[in-house]
Amino acid sequence: MILNIIGTWLAATLTLAIFSFLYKDNPFYKLAEHIYVGVSAGFWVIYVWAFDIKPMLIDRFLTTTGIEKWILLIPAILGVLMLTRWFPKTAWISRIPLSFTIGIGAGLGVTASIQGFLIPQIGATLLPLTTINNILLVIGVISTIIYFYFSKEFKGTWKFFSRLGIIFIMIAFGASFGYTVMARISLLIGRIYFLLHNFLNIIP
Amino acid sequence: MKNLWSKLATIDRRIIYLLVFIVVALPMIFRMIMPIRVSREVQMAFSEIDNLKPGSIVMISIDYDAASEPELQPMLIAILRHCFSKNIKVILLGHWALGLPLGEMALNQVAKEYNKKYGEDYVNLGYRPGYTALMVGIGKEIRDFFPTDYRGIPIDSFPFMRKVRNYQQIDVLVGLEAGATGDAWVQFAGARFNQKIILGTTGVIAPDMFPYLQAKQIAGLISGLQGAAEYETLLKKAGSAILGMPAQSFVHLLIIIFIIIGNIGYFILRKRR
Repeated sequence: MILNIIGTWLAATLTLAIFSFLYKDNPFYKLAEHIYVGVSAGFWVIYVWAFDIKPMLIDRFLTTTGIEKWILLIPAILGVLMLTRWFPKTAWISRIPLSFTIGIGAGLGVTASIQGFLIPQIGATLLPLTTINNILLVIGVISTIIYFYFSKEFKGTWKFFSRLGIIFIMIAFGASFGYTVMARISLLIGRIYFLLHNFLNIIP
Repeated sequence: MKNLWSKLATIDRRIIYLLVFIVVALPMIFRMIMPIRVSREVQMAFSEIDNLKPGSIVMISIDYDAASEPELQPMLIAILRHCFSKNIKVILLGHWALGLPLGEMALNQVAKEYNKKYGEDYVNLGYRPGYTALMVGIGKEIRDFFPTDYRGIPIDSFPFMRKVRNYQQIDVLVGLEAGATGDAWVQFAGARFNQKIILGTTGVIAPDMFPYLQAKQIAGLISGLQGAAEYETLLKKAGSAILGMPAQSFVHLLIIIFIIIGNIGYFILRKRR
């Protein structure tokens, strides 16, 4: 109970310290900012140790036998090699584990983009032009693609569709910006709710 | 009159901050409630979970942290309430290390409300780095990545987890997303393993998720605080999202007024120059 109270006071104080930046930059804001960065970094260290290195590497190495045990040395060595970046003379060695990471990322990314995005999205655009929504969707996709086609001069019909493409893009930006405004206000609502509910107990 | 527009053009931004603060705080202090219209995509998400049989398994991925808590935490609490009220088992995991305590807090709170027990009704698997490899790996065997839960207890010691091997035993995956992890769930778990997915997202990334809904790659979409409020409305259990919506509406109104005044002022001053 007492820990909850201390936690709420601490959180409220840090929230107000961050909000104080709206008036002007000040030491309280800077202190809260540095605490946030430091705590986040510390949290990451604990999580990587507790949820990754210990259970996935050390515990497994100690509990498994045979090839399963020794194969764990490969990621362990690659992980250690990554730390060579700290020393300028040996920094080049870190390219070896990095190449694995990039290779895996690229391999997974390419298949996922094609299988999980490109093909389903193209499929979802092949619609019967029987409703206004479908017509808008198909015209929107085609005109936007035309806008990004730079191998032909924008003249005549081509120009018309590229202009139409810009309109669709602007509408998408507008929707996206509207959602962003809503999201940012939601964050403010969340903090003010915390101050009024948890800290000041003004609202139940 | 010209003087007024000139003054407005150079208004101290702190006055605007103060007005926004007042407009947010007052509806909450006076506990204003506004009617909430439920959108099709939130109804789809709700129905998907509502149609599950007792004993079904829902996996919830906490892919956000404290910066997105006001939008996504009400969603998590509402979904947990929905699952526990229907005796659906919950597996929690996360790809944002700093968000997992938020998941744990919500589990503890809602499990207590519905008298649910850890290990029998829900588990928290915790965090593992490398989310794309993990998403593909779960399709084969979940134990390769999560031999234990976040407390270090072997997952086979929990009765309902013994039958969970991969996505085939997970009825619905709920991704609560503040970044690109939602795309990865759809592209790996959804496209490769046909996993049924519901996404709950922050308002910022919601527009990017609608194409997945249109292409039927996800079974429902809950976007932002508005989406959370809609879910709470369907659940008939008001939470912080419903309470926050009047403030949201009034601030939007205020912003629209600011934009109109700003534009009128801009054109008047430009004409006079």
